[in-house]
Amino acid sequence: MADDRSEPAAEPTGSLGGFAKGFGLTFATMFRKTFTYQYPFEVRDTAPRYHGRHVLNRHPDGLEKCVGCELCAWACPADAIYVEGGDNTPEARYSPGERYGAIYQINYLRCIFCGLCIEACPTRSLTMSNDYELALDDRQQLIYTKEQLMAPLLPGMEAPPHPMRLGEDEKDYYLVETQAPLQKGAPQSMANEAGRPVTGTATEVGRHHG
Amino acid sequence: MGLEEKLPDGILLANVEKLVNWTRKSSLWPVTFGLACCAIEMMTFGAPRYDSARFGMEVFRASPRQADLMIVAGRLSQKMAPVLRQIYDQMPEPRWVLAMGVCASSGGMFNNYSIVQGVDHVVPVDMYLPGCPPRPEMLIDAILKLHHKIMNEPLGPKRAKRLEDEKVELVPSTARFAK
Repeated sequence: MADDRSEPAAEPTGSLGGFAKGFGLTFATMFRKTFTYQYPFEVRDTAPRYHGRHVLNRHPDGLEKCVGCELCAWACPADAIYVEGGDNTPEARYSPGERYGAIYQINYLRCIFCGLCIEACPTRSLTMSNDYELALDDRQQLIYTKEQLMAPLLPGMEAPPHPMRLGEDEKDYYLVETQAPLQKGAPQSMANEAGRPVTGTATEVGRHHG
Repeated sequence: MGLEEKLPDGILLANVEKLVNWTRKSSLWPVTFGLACCAIEMMTFGAPRYDSARFGMEVFRASPRQADLMIVAGRLSQKMAPVLRQIYDQMPEPRWVLAMGVCASSGGMFNNYSIVQGVDHVVPVDMYLPGCPPRPEMLIDAILKLHHKIMNEPLGPKRAKRLEDEKVELVPSTARFAK
């Protein structure tokens, strides 16, 4: 049977032109702009409204905006937020009004960064930063506490507890002119560098592009 | 082989440790373990845009025997858990596990009967990566942190001792149970 097998089709040997065309394409690729994004060495900004790590904001005088209402915790589809409110007293005032968030925790192993907590927040206390380098080898460290989430004190702010500086009443804190200093300054949603949790081995690399 | 035991702790042993760890971290081969949407981001990580070949790990191994990193990308269902454990057991030492995304890390928003609440119920996890899903930069960041961890791993008797120490450690699920 092997004898009457037909001759195989002629190999497409091609001309020198075909050879040049094929390898020319490969060669030309060397001069193309590199497509790869060199992430750890070159960091590009995220979209401005990217959902990153949360920030608890402050009023222009440094008092906390969080009133401990737990609406964020109720809105959270993953049950990642734990809030316990506390009562402000004349001696220790943390936020304008009656209540403040005494305990505030976000579990980043549950948080899906959907932003429903941001929508739920009645005082714009909770917002999101563009910080996304959150990986860690310790589960407990990934439950961020209030100290880690609080926005840094900007110039002119005073660390609570202290009395209300911007008016007699808590309503004075929600006026356009009261909030005006924040509009001029740096956005509070800037990542809190001090908020990075300290862990055994991974901290140094966490800032590998300083 | 017995050289490390006979020598006192010195420069030779330290350098061998660094060299071995450097070779290990420079060519981590991940085993294919995409379970859900995080796997899409993991594939992006392997594609030219983010180019995992820069870290010597572009080849996703389909066979666990040739792999040393398991990126669990996605939610792990109860039915899949024995499979995950078996594939982990088939991987040769040294091996590492990266829980990618909140579902793999803790169950995420799927707090229900069908999803394992974190792959650390099944295998020991070396790096937790939050996000839903994490963007490829976050995965690169987690892998660089894992590289750092690998570079600091001990070798020989010290490693055996550390593994022995780690065996009994139970990680409480919340700070409440840690007390």
